[in-house]
Amino acid sequence: MQLIACPWCGPREEVEFSYGGQAHVPHPAAPADLNDEEWAHYVFFRANPKGRFAERWNHSAGCRRWFNAVRDTATYRFEAVYRLDDPRPVTP
Amino acid sequence: MSPRTPGADLPEHPDLLWHDREPKRSYDVVIVGGGGHGLATAHYLAKDHGITNVAVLEKGWLGGGNMARNTTIIRSNYLWDESSAIYEHSLKLWEGLEEDLGYPILFSQRGVLNLAHTLQDVRDSVRRVEANKLNGVDAEWLDPDEVRKVCPIVNTAGDIRYPVLGATYQPRAGIAKHDYVAWGFARRADEAGIDLIQDCEVTGFTTDGDRVTGVRTTRGDIATGSVALCAAGHTSVLTDLLGIPVPVQSHPLQALVSELLEPVHPTVVMSNAVHVYVSQAHKGELVMGAGVDSYNGYGQRGAFSIIERQMAAAVELFPVFARAHLLRTWGGIVDTSPDASPIVGRTPYENVWLNCGWGTGGFKATPGIGSTLAHTIAHGEPHPLVAPFTLERFVTGALVDEHGAAAVAH
Repeated sequence: MQLIACPWCGPREEVEFSYGGQAHVPHPAAPADLNDEEWAHYVFFRANPKGRFAERWNHSAGCRRWFNAVRDTATYRFEAVYRLDDPRPVTP
Repeated sequence: MSPRTPGADLPEHPDLLWHDREPKRSYDVVIVGGGGHGLATAHYLAKDHGITNVAVLEKGWLGGGNMARNTTIIRSNYLWDESSAIYEHSLKLWEGLEEDLGYPILFSQRGVLNLAHTLQDVRDSVRRVEANKLNGVDAEWLDPDEVRKVCPIVNTAGDIRYPVLGATYQPRAGIAKHDYVAWGFARRADEAGIDLIQDCEVTGFTTDGDRVTGVRTTRGDIATGSVALCAAGHTSVLTDLLGIPVPVQSHPLQALVSELLEPVHPTVVMSNAVHVYVSQAHKGELVMGAGVDSYNGYGQRGAFSIIERQMAAAVELFPVFARAHLLRTWGGIVDTSPDASPIVGRTPYENVWLNCGWGTGGFKATPGIGSTLAHTIAHGEPHPLVAPFTLERFVTGALVDEHGAAAVAH
């Protein structure tokens, strides 16, 4: 089974984690100013790259804390894990 | 007597079903993706509209993606009018497809049971049955005793973790041999003069204003009058090249087969709640599918924990399977949409047509989307059956929420 390195708990089995989709999608700063198309993009549209993807994970069966990861969606290899308030790291 | 050449007594090589063509420099229509949807679209472009200056570009081999990886279930018992219309159109085409293609596809209308395990499941299922009846789709609600009559091997005992409280039943649903379906469409498209080009990956597009003028491929540039995107799980890779945001997420979806067994399973059984769906192929193997792996993935493989959970559900529902051996598991890449309905129709480019978002259920739609997408390309206007599935709906809010009937959680 794939191991995922929780930033707080270290490497644990994949089944302990749940997926949170694309990372770094902030809530709109001025929600009332958004038109329908902008709302649609905030609610429904997410990046779907083949390759490196910055995404959210939750260690739901462990410490229950959220973190971010850069993972390759073609190989499933985790390249970095980092805290929610950190910027996306540059991976080699 | 001199020794015979090895192989001299063998029969002639059988006729090829299609030819492996070299790309020409220009076509009226380029279809990206040589899976079921792409090949079916090619067939109906030729058959219904006489459009044959068409290329189907496939980055791998024909029918080697989700077309070879699905669990072949065909049904039309969806909740909303828009969905049941397109899927029922497709089912009617399935019913005449062997004759149309002149090729056996082993289409077997053995019915499908969608099990209900909770009171809410029962309410939703009965509602869907009534909606189906109003739309002219054959549907019945069965209580557990009736479920057992249709499929004696389902465990309808009251003491299992998720007891079977009943099921919806669509008798006209069934399965078909997916490879044969792809080959049948490919053969007819090839006969009509359409070029099926394998090992040809689209790497870019050439544009002029709001029109696409051609596709760049690993086998050279190809000019085209219009483009249809039928790339399923890889749709985002193409739409990213065009700069068109499309709200799909690609996930691994796994399936498996058992070793070959005597016929024990007369129908198709699906269960949303415990995430398993099972039929028995003509050859004898039990064919089972799971829910999607939660993360985005293009790897055509998933986690074994998903298979394990699916097996646990299958053995609880079908105790007779406990001694069956797993033969093989595999994964495909499904493009899931926010409302579990497909996204078909216009793009910001006036001659590029989108066909994606079928998620876990695209196989059953193969002839239906082929015929309606061909109509859409030929007329430059979305066919009425696909019109509700426009990309625009995510802005207008006119969603077609089929999370209940799409059957696989996504």
